[in-house]
Amino acid sequence: MRRAALALLLAPLIALAAAAQPQSGFELMAPETQAMQRDDTANPGMLWVQEGEALWQQSGCAGCHGDAAASMRGAAARYPVYDEARAGPIDLAGRINQCRVERQGAPALALEGEPLLALGSFVAHQSRGLPVAPPADPRLAPARAQGEALFRERRGQLNLSCAQCHDDNAGRRLAGSPIPQGHPNGYPLYRLEWQGMGSLQRRLRNCMAGVRSEPFAYGAPEYIAIETFLMSRAAGLLLETPAVRP
Amino acid sequence: MPRAGTAPSRRTCLARWPWVLLLLAGGAAAQEDSLPSLTGTPGDAVRGRAIVTTRQRGLCLLCHSGPFPEERFQGDLAPGLAGAGSRLSEGQLRLRLVDGRRLNPQTIMPSYYRSEGLHQVGPAWQGRTILTAEEIEDVVAFLLTLRD
Ligand code: HEC
Ligand code: HEC
Repeated sequence: MRRAALALLLAPLIALAAAAQPQSGFELMAPETQAMQRDDTANPGMLWVQEGEALWQQSGCAGCHGDAAASMRGAAARYPVYDEARAGPIDLAGRINQCRVERQGAPALALEGEPLLALGSFVAHQSRGLPVAPPADPRLAPARAQGEALFRERRGQLNLSCAQCHDDNAGRRLAGSPIPQGHPNGYPLYRLEWQGMGSLQRRLRNCMAGVRSEPFAYGAPEYIAIETFLMSRAAGLLLETPAVRP
Repeated sequence: MPRAGTAPSRRTCLARWPWVLLLLAGGAAAQEDSLPSLTGTPGDAVRGRAIVTTRQRGLCLLCHSGPFPEERFQGDLAPGLAGAGSRLSEGQLRLRLVDGRRLNPQTIMPSYYRSEGLHQVGPAWQGRTILTAEEIEDVVAFLLTLRD
């Protein structure tokens, strides 16, 4: 009797906690696609991770950072972080290029090119299974606020905001596809529709073009602001790189 | 007008009542729920059906479902279109297509015949409405055939 009363009392609290918990896009996928992501021998993204591991050795990252399994563990769970030189947030791809240009005197790798996607996937893969843990650095607050404003702003000829799909209608169906909550916890990831690997920025450009708005250029500070906001919104979700998505 | 924060005297309050009532009545009359034809020519329901069911033209089935058994992928973000022609008049359907924001500023349904008040529109779409006036009339003609 007492237990039943307690359960009755707790049920709404538990339901509330569950509602507040972010949900990965993984949960909405077909079982075959989930199986593909889970099995490293079937997950096409692992090819980029392997390629990235080779580049890590060849292009001298290991010279400074040693064993990535130790030195890079947790990096992707924290990024974007505050960067003094930029006086603002820097994402992982930006940091990789900063290392190349400033520490190695090498040319920056093209954004969304295969080598940078491979290195980015290898680095982020070292955090697979760790919870998204954005830093409590107050210097990130302005970017986070800018990202949230961009998330809530209606745009494009269809006049839709990210929030209208990913907050208000997540879980419903846009034509045939379930709308995920729009979390950044699997990137870079292999998308079946792309037949290839892509960054979070590529995904954001897809959503922006989908509402017939003009996407920002790759590397634009707006994307990094949106990512900073999305990471705080996804806090606690487990990293999945390389994820697979439809 | 009394300045904000200063309570108007009881007399002025009462004296303003007739005006308030007039404003309310005027507001209700101005609240449109219907629009006249955009072209003066009746639309073509067959063309309208094609617009509604073609993903890249009407985009309707991204959000709505309807009596289109051949269309496998339909949305569930919006009320179903079945019976729309019995629930709403021609003019009411037209207003909801042209600019649903006039009825509900928060609606997610795009305004199909409005090109201003938008932000960061891609170059290919700038200054253009989603559908033309003729296409709106075709879709209205088709929706009117959807009767319960
Ligand atoms: C009209 C609806 C719509 C709008 C508006 C929209 N998205 Fe999306 N978004 C989707 C859908 C649907 C998917 C899943 C696509 C798929 O799996 O095919 C998605 C996927 C995503 C993902 C990937 C989630 C994952 O699990 O990998 C992110 C991140 C995202 N959106 C962020 C955004 C942001 C940021 C904006 C605004 C700039 C935005 N979206 C605007 C519908 C939308
Ligand atoms: C992005 C989502 C979206 C798209 C695309 C869309 N609608 Fe809608 N539509 C809605 C929503 C949501 C409503 C509910 C009214 C509101 O939000 O104010 C609605 C309402 C309606 C209504 C009134 C329904 C009723 O029973 O009151 C009609 C008719 C309608 N839409 C037709 C269409 C047609 C035809 C198209 C394509 C040419 C279309 N819609 C495209 C979201 C959409």
